[in-house]
Amino acid sequence: MIYLDQAATSYPKPPQVVEAMVEALQSAGNSGRGGHHLSLEASRIAFRARMELATFFGAENPSCIAFTANATESLNLALFGVLHPGDHVITTELEHNSVLRPIYILEEQGVEVSILPADPQGNVDFSAQLPKHLRPNTRAVVVTHASNVTGNLVDMDLVGEFCREHGLALIVDAAQTAGFYPYQLEDSPIDILCFTGHKGLCGPQGVGGVYVRPGFAVRPLKVGGSGIMTFSQAHPDQMPEALEAGTLNLPGIAGLMAGVKYVNSLGLEEIRQRELELTHYFYSEVTKIPGVRVYGDFSTKLRCPIVALNVEGFESSLLSQLLAEEYGIYTRAGGHCAPLMHGALGTGEMGALRFSFSHLNTREELDTALGALRALVLGKGEDDL
Amino acid sequence: MRQTRVVITFHGTTEAMAWENACQANGLPGRLIPLPVQISAECGLAWLISPEQKDEVLQRARQLRLHYQNVVELT
Repeated sequence: MIYLDQAATSYPKPPQVVEAMVEALQSAGNSGRGGHHLSLEASRIAFRARMELATFFGAENPSCIAFTANATESLNLALFGVLHPGDHVITTELEHNSVLRPIYILEEQGVEVSILPADPQGNVDFSAQLPKHLRPNTRAVVVTHASNVTGNLVDMDLVGEFCREHGLALIVDAAQTAGFYPYQLEDSPIDILCFTGHKGLCGPQGVGGVYVRPGFAVRPLKVGGSGIMTFSQAHPDQMPEALEAGTLNLPGIAGLMAGVKYVNSLGLEEIRQRELELTHYFYSEVTKIPGVRVYGDFSTKLRCPIVALNVEGFESSLLSQLLAEEYGIYTRAGGHCAPLMHGALGTGEMGALRFSFSHLNTREELDTALGALRALVLGKGEDDL
Repeated sequence: MRQTRVVITFHGTTEAMAWENACQANGLPGRLIPLPVQISAECGLAWLISPEQKDEVLQRARQLRLHYQNVVELT
């Protein structure tokens, strides 16, 4: 099996992630729910994980990091927690449904929405578009750091400078960039960073987090048990407990911490260089196959390790199916939960076939995938498949 | 007669964990216990020390910029 669906979830997980999760299940109770040994051990694991993540992201302190189930929960939390009826929010066609769907609900509730268009290469002209859409009641810009379809990176310095200049909150979807792109959040204009644990951070599914700049108020998405202030009717408003109602996914958090340590042990720069090398190699070879059209902007070296394409005369879903069934090569076809991105790329009807890579993939694996795709495309037309 | 004890209370679990982590890293005395019922605090954990250790711990806590809610003497 060759796994080229790393943008969906990273695979395989490092053994130390599995070990950390098993150990947490065997040694930890419920974090923040008592003073006995098992509960304290759980609280210590959660705290150490916060410290690890805070250091990894260059955050001010561990309390800036709250754990969630995934980037989707983090984004819901950020959007519903920051925007009120009467506010205006700016977002883009690059976004995943984890941004778009909460925003559509907020729009029904009276939040004004501007969606910046993307060009056919999947880029947004932020310099021109942001000033054009700025309103007196603009409260926030929410933008993905990288498209999960094209892999194009957004120039966050440019967007951040605009947000700072105009006093706008900047909410960033880092689902594809956490564990790939280096952050120094304390010095950045990002107010809220939403990340998942199971992609670039190499942790398990079901755990993620959100960074909130100190002093930045976010209304909780859920309230309830927090382990503190039991006799107060109001949920605590201090980070991170404010955003963590309910029992934490402690095994997941332990696995995420092990994943971050693993990434650190290899080095983020080394991982990124390896993944970029694979991505550009795949791009240069796959574009030689007749009828292949790759989406996204490959004119810049720095991008996420994703290559999405279509082959003239073939459905992306059929190609993905045949790659899996006949060659054991796993990819992802379809719309990738990013309908507006596909609309901008002109693939709204057909979606695309997405290959995505991690540092654990090899050039030999890519050659095998390229050979398989070439054989499928040249060997037989779709009518024969 | 029960000995006098000093407990340091916290605003939340993360604050208590940061306190324990820093104390252990810096060789400061004390340990985490469930918050004694006669004390009201936001967090259900407290740091237990003896009266003799109080000044040293609080002075180092200031140097280390550690946060806490209150210091209570229990007799």
